Amino acid sequence: MILRLAFGSLVARMLTVSMTILAIALSVALFLGVEKIRTGAKASFADTISGTDLIVGARSGSVQLLLYSVFRIGNATNNLTWDSYQDIAERPEVDWIVPISLGDSHRQFRVMGTTPAFFDRYKYRSGQSLVVRDGAIMADLFDAVVGADVAATLGYDVDDPIVVAHGLVSFSEHKDQPFRVSGILEKTGTPVDRTVIVSLEAIEAVHVDWQSGAQIPGQSTPADVIRQMDLKPQAVTAALVGVKSRLQVFGLQRAINAYPQEPLLAILPGVALQELWQIVGIAETALMAVSTMVVVTALIGMMATIFSSLNERRREMAIFRAMGARPSVVLGLLMFEAVLTAAIGAILGLGLLYVGLFIGQPLIDNAFGIWLPIDAPAMREVWILLGVVIAGAIVGMVPALRAYRLSLADGMMVKI
Amino acid sequence: MPDSNPILHLDDVTYRWPGRPSFGLHVPILTVAPAETVLLLGESGSGKSTLLSLICGTLIAQSGRVVVAGRNTALLSAGRRDRFRAEQIGLIFQQFNLLPFASVRDNIILPLQFAPDRRRRVADINAVAADLCSDLGLPENIMQSQAGTLSVGQQQRVAAARALIGTPPLIIADEPTSSLDAATQETFLNLLFQQARAHGTTLLMVSHDARLSDQFDRVIHMADIVRTTRDAV
Repeated sequence: MILRLAFGSLVARMLTVSMTILAIALSVALFLGVEKIRTGAKASFADTISGTDLIVGARSGSVQLLLYSVFRIGNATNNLTWDSYQDIAERPEVDWIVPISLGDSHRQFRVMGTTPAFFDRYKYRSGQSLVVRDGAIMADLFDAVVGADVAATLGYDVDDPIVVAHGLVSFSEHKDQPFRVSGILEKTGTPVDRTVIVSLEAIEAVHVDWQSGAQIPGQSTPADVIRQMDLKPQAVTAALVGVKSRLQVFGLQRAINAYPQEPLLAILPGVALQELWQIVGIAETALMAVSTMVVVTALIGMMATIFSSLNERRREMAIFRAMGARPSVVLGLLMFEAVLTAAIGAILGLGLLYVGLFIGQPLIDNAFGIWLPIDAPAMREVWILLGVVIAGAIVGMVPALRAYRLSLADGMMVKI
Repeated sequence: MPDSNPILHLDDVTYRWPGRPSFGLHVPILTVAPAETVLLLGESGSGKSTLLSLICGTLIAQSGRVVVAGRNTALLSAGRRDRFRAEQIGLIFQQFNLLPFASVRDNIILPLQFAPDRRRRVADINAVAADLCSDLGLPENIMQSQAGTLSVGQQQRVAAARALIGTPPLIIADEPTSSLDAATQETFLNLLFQQARAHGTTLLMVSHDARLSDQFDRVIHMADIVRTTRDAV
């Protein structure tokens, strides 16, 4: 019954109490949301590439190799010669190898030359394969497959002609070899969405009349002549490698890193992703800190509300005391109020999070390629909610102790 | 306990407010017999509130004895004293007696929550509370109403029912009628007396209104029993 009275007292102050609850709920939803996005982003990030055992490129840093080969950020310092590529491909440990050739662009998007095997071997989000949404993968020398973002941004459909520019920010376009969009990929949330994929030979083909980054004046080889040429590449930018047995990964990595003919680097994508995330992770800590502050602010707001309610409630406390309640009952009443407010706020916040997730999940996946799974609250989230309630109790202690002292001093006589 | 033992006995009680050593209160002797109705007459500032707090045990005298129902309240621990108050004393204040957000029923049975012995004397809480309400002339359907929605007169009757429930041996009423108009005052007092007599309860009422005197067994003037000191430091 005492609890019912405490609850009744809360209900009687519905307006201020509900504002406090709302503030706590919003802060909790924000905190959980940030947490959700953080883990979702981390998972999406780690899922950018899976199924690949090693990434091989010219010797540089592992993060740099990962950045340019997978995320298409920055440039390769050097290439991997075709001979070295062949050597690696012929090693007994190698199950499959897919070359990647970068360096050209189409509008703001990178062009990547590779083999059709890329579509079988490249996996993301724990083993998902690329899916061609419209059309098919490259069948002809001048076919290009574009990622979902490329198609969406530039409004491409299958069979649209596209022109590849040499270099990354360049006005010298390879106008004489127009490509055709042969396929559009399904959205993946990976850098593939922002990539134009052509065959390795196509990369060579567009450079037939080019030397040292400039077109040889007056020279323009017709497309059908190019088709007759030997378009074997001299070098590729990097290669994705799969091994026959996972046990051989480290042996192969050592062998490639010690390759005598050329300075090469082989990295484990998972390890390099971890390294990269540690760099990005500072932002995640900052996000956590900010959302923690918001929760703390909401709880302090609750403390202020309880404090300001103490004066109007001195009569209530005095009645309890006169009826024989010990001062500790008064303390308990206020603690209960704080805990109840925090708990309702926390649960409401959790509800808000799920509403937000249901609405936001497809939008966030589309816009940022971050997949936020809608699961039952994990242990971690339960702990966070519990933490909010405990913090509410601690914060509520301050006005409760004040009420305790007041009710000791007032006794049962309050002259208002 | 034989009836000859006083329900309330104050003996050479001295109290000084902490931090205000110049302002003190001294009660040489005050005795109230069981089932007696006593009117304590005094102007405001005569130390009534302090005296009531001493009797109820929310203030503790520096010297002397405050004996309620045979127990020296100063010898009880603070927690026991709070329970003792709930068990022995029904309280009615001048106004703002009730928790406005709670139902009439919850207000009436509130003291029972802190007084297990008093609770045991009430077999069926709801029935007893309803009986008290009807005895005090409250409407039948009032039990679930919110106390804050009642008129002041009704609120005072609910407070009376709360003081009477579980028949504590002593009821202390602090100016219970001062917020009521004359007609309501008289009805309220009649009902209160009726109930106190029916249950053999002692009634100690504090008032500044001498017109109430003839209804009580005994009238005590504050000035006769209490000496307040306001000596200059």
